[in-house]
Amino acid sequence: MDIEVLSRVQFAFTASFHYIYPPLSIGLGVMLVVMEGMFLKTGNKTYEIMTRFWIKVFALIFGIGVATGIVMEFEFGTNWATYSRYVGDIFGSALAAEGIFAFALESGFLGLLLFGWNRVSPKVHFFSTVMVALGSMFSAIWIVVANSWQQTPSGFHIVGSGLKVRAEVTDFWAMVFNPSAVDRLSHVLVGAFLAGSFLVLSVHAYYLLKNRHIEISKKAFKLALLVATISGLLQLLTGHNSADGVSKNQPAKLAAFEGHYDSLKVADMYLFGYVNQEKKTVSGLKIPRGLTFLLYQNFTTPVKGLDAFPVNDRPKQINAIFQVYHLMIAIGVAIIALTLLAVFLWWRGKLFKYKWLMAIFSYSVLLPQLGNQMGWFSAEMGRQPWVVYGLLRTSNALSKAVHADQVLFSLILFTLVYTLLFALFIYLLNKKIKHGFDEHDEQPIPEFSKRNNPILN
Amino acid sequence: MQTILGIDYPTWWFLVVGAVFTGYAILDGFDLGAGSLHLFFKKDESRRIALNAIGPVWDGNEVWLVIGGGALFAGFPEVYATIFSAFYIPFMLFLTVLILRAIAIEFRSKESMLWWRKTWDIIYSISSTLIALLLGIVLGNVMQGIPINKDFEYVGGFFNLLNPYALITGVTVVALFMMHGATYLIMKTENRLHAKLRVLAKNTSRFFVISYVALTMATLIYLPQTTEKFRTHPYLFIIPLLTILTIINTRRLLEKGVFFKAFLSSAFTSALLLITVTINLFPNIILSTINPAYNITIYNGSSSQKSLGIMLTIAAIGVPLVAAYTTFVFWTFRGKVKMDETSY
Ligand code: HDD
Ligand code: HEM
Ligand code: HEM
Repeated sequence: MDIEVLSRVQFAFTASFHYIYPPLSIGLGVMLVVMEGMFLKTGNKTYEIMTRFWIKVFALIFGIGVATGIVMEFEFGTNWATYSRYVGDIFGSALAAEGIFAFALESGFLGLLLFGWNRVSPKVHFFSTVMVALGSMFSAIWIVVANSWQQTPSGFHIVGSGLKVRAEVTDFWAMVFNPSAVDRLSHVLVGAFLAGSFLVLSVHAYYLLKNRHIEISKKAFKLALLVATISGLLQLLTGHNSADGVSKNQPAKLAAFEGHYDSLKVADMYLFGYVNQEKKTVSGLKIPRGLTFLLYQNFTTPVKGLDAFPVNDRPKQINAIFQVYHLMIAIGVAIIALTLLAVFLWWRGKLFKYKWLMAIFSYSVLLPQLGNQMGWFSAEMGRQPWVVYGLLRTSNALSKAVHADQVLFSLILFTLVYTLLFALFIYLLNKKIKHGFDEHDEQPIPEFSKRNNPILN
Repeated sequence: MQTILGIDYPTWWFLVVGAVFTGYAILDGFDLGAGSLHLFFKKDESRRIALNAIGPVWDGNEVWLVIGGGALFAGFPEVYATIFSAFYIPFMLFLTVLILRAIAIEFRSKESMLWWRKTWDIIYSISSTLIALLLGIVLGNVMQGIPINKDFEYVGGFFNLLNPYALITGVTVVALFMMHGATYLIMKTENRLHAKLRVLAKNTSRFFVISYVALTMATLIYLPQTTEKFRTHPYLFIIPLLTILTIINTRRLLEKGVFFKAFLSSAFTSALLLITVTINLFPNIILSTINPAYNITIYNGSSSQKSLGIMLTIAAIGVPLVAAYTTFVFWTFRGKVKMDETSY
């Protein structure tokens, strides 16, 4: 097989696998801050038990996030050496900032979070929780800045020629605040809040279905429902901002999202459909002129279509891009509908009345997971054939010293290891959830409650 | 070229990268070493204590590797690109064992079945050793130089990398980490396990001294040119001398029972070894065995002045912060390991 295909498959596989965990870490981090904050504020033991349980789940997720993240960090050098030489001057500073400001922060305080209960005061423990949550958000900031730069480069100039050509930074802040950075960062963070809050919703809905841990679960469910509802609505807004940005900065990508070929025409918006790439038509259920309206607030302005770009400068798999993009949006709509329904029932005092609702919620964790994955696939596949938009082609970004059989070997290796990892993850998560809250946890833990610890007290 | 205190930016960044990798060798060094020693502890209880001794800090230690990788990418993209694509297979194996080790630590305690724990113990110990070995092999190759052409692209094969010199370096790193790990664990343990570790510390330091001597001899035989710098700057001999003194000192302090100082002393050994390597290389980072004109130096392989300036600012803000809370975490978990309900 061709080395470009293999390297892309490997990157897509390892990045997607990694991206199962970061949104959960980030989102659950926020939930932990809310829970432990409630505990400190009210002194209510229920919140402490809740926090302790979720910290253990957090540790499991975080550990795999870290292990799979390290692979990503080195993969740029191993598989995309030409790309690394090209962007190092710019991309490197974001990655270095991520390491120093974010990873060190989260991993440093993680130890206190997990093992520090009896060693530091509740306030210091809470501080650690906040630091871990902040650290994981900082890491999202820097990695998304880096990724956004390769979508919409700015603040740089090109130096050198031939094989030595590369981008050099001329304006750091223009590089950081490149045209898509803020839109995409807000969208990614809110997507992570959805992932975390839905995990909490799912697990507690499961307990409620099974008639276990009723009191805790009702409290936790409500907290998470608040976070999820607000995030769901925000996701629509931030997603819209992204789409607006894409229409300005990467029109070929937007055209691919909607399967829009003809530049002279106004553009429709599809709820779902199928792109016939030969005939350049889309069939499906549409809001006529919807895209034109969203972008220009009228019904007459034409939208730039795929035909405006040379075949070599636009993505090839239009139908696939169309599908993943629409799946993400459908999920966004489903999330909003589900959370609003639940909030309405809560307001009527009937939130925990219906078994079917809890049954839906107990699987709902899959929605944001799928949404996040599909979102990245839209953004990254829509960027093709460029790895740095308009500047460097994916096919020119590979490592010259690496051969296809080596990549095949590593791809097989990762497939095996990640399969094992995923199986263990599901097994242990399931076990943790089935086990529920420890009897032990239900009793006040003397050291913690009496606050008779040596440090800072 | 812009300078700070008379030193130019690429040199500063070279120092930063060197310092981060030294930090990594010292910090992850002891928990990798503890991993290599793991199977010497026979009882589940002892193994749990050993694991919990590194429990709150190993993840933070590993971050230094991530920061080092980022720092290399940022400051010397040519080096980052060349090294990682040249050592493709070793790095893929490295990443695999890194993952296996992390999950072994994480998952071992989640079940109490004997076979479950034994399996993870073995995976943990072997992967810790392999990580050290692979790091050493890469280091050995960096010291010797690798076949790279004028575009800084590696043109050798996989088996070029598995030469005797690199293997000796690999073994030396394993020995160094084991000694360092034993010194750390001594500090964290009591009673029988503690006594056992004192024996282990003695044996591992013997193992290290032997491999260090072998490595020095191999260097003189295979890489006579490296002595060049020592000949032109004789005062540099202080460094190998100090290395030997720290090794002796570590053993002396262990005998005396001042464990924290012994640990610091052993940390100095790691640092001095890396300093020796970097002095030998400077101002080159990757030596080309094809033609010295193709060497990647801190000048032809670095990012722009502008970019280096930005990152030096980032480092100046970030590193003191990291140092401060790392110290806080280590201080919080000081003293002997105490098991409680949050332990592994
Ligand atoms: C939106 C957020 C986000 C995105 C897009 C990525 N990551 Fe990630 N990464 C995180 C958010 C995150 C995190 C939340 O900070 C993690 C995941 C769980 C965790 O424990 O830390 C993490 C861990 C993590 C680690 C280990 C850090 C440590 O040792 O503590 C590395 C080296 C990377 N990531 C690198 C990458 C690279 C090179 C990516 C690009 C392909 C990437 N991540 C995408
Ligand atoms: C976790 C977040 C990310 C996810 C889920 C993700 C997802 C993907 C996917 C699905 C592909 C394959 C696209 C295809 O083959 O059509 C891809 C490719 C790629 N992405 Fe990302 N990506 C992420 C972050 C990043 C970041 C931060 C960068 C770099 C700054 C990056 C750089 C690349 C590169 C170099 C490729 C390979 C070339 C290509 O096929 O485009 N990605 N990514
Ligand atoms: C509700 C309607 C939504 C709209 C209109 C929307 C819109 C968009 C657009 C236009 C992009 C591409 C941005 C780019 O390429 O620069 C994108 C990417 C993405 N979406 Fe959505 N989205 C929605 C819902 C969701 C949901 C529910 C999730 C997950 C919970 C999600 C997660 C993502 C992710 C992770 C990305 C990739 C990162 C990025 O490029 O920002 N989206 N979305």
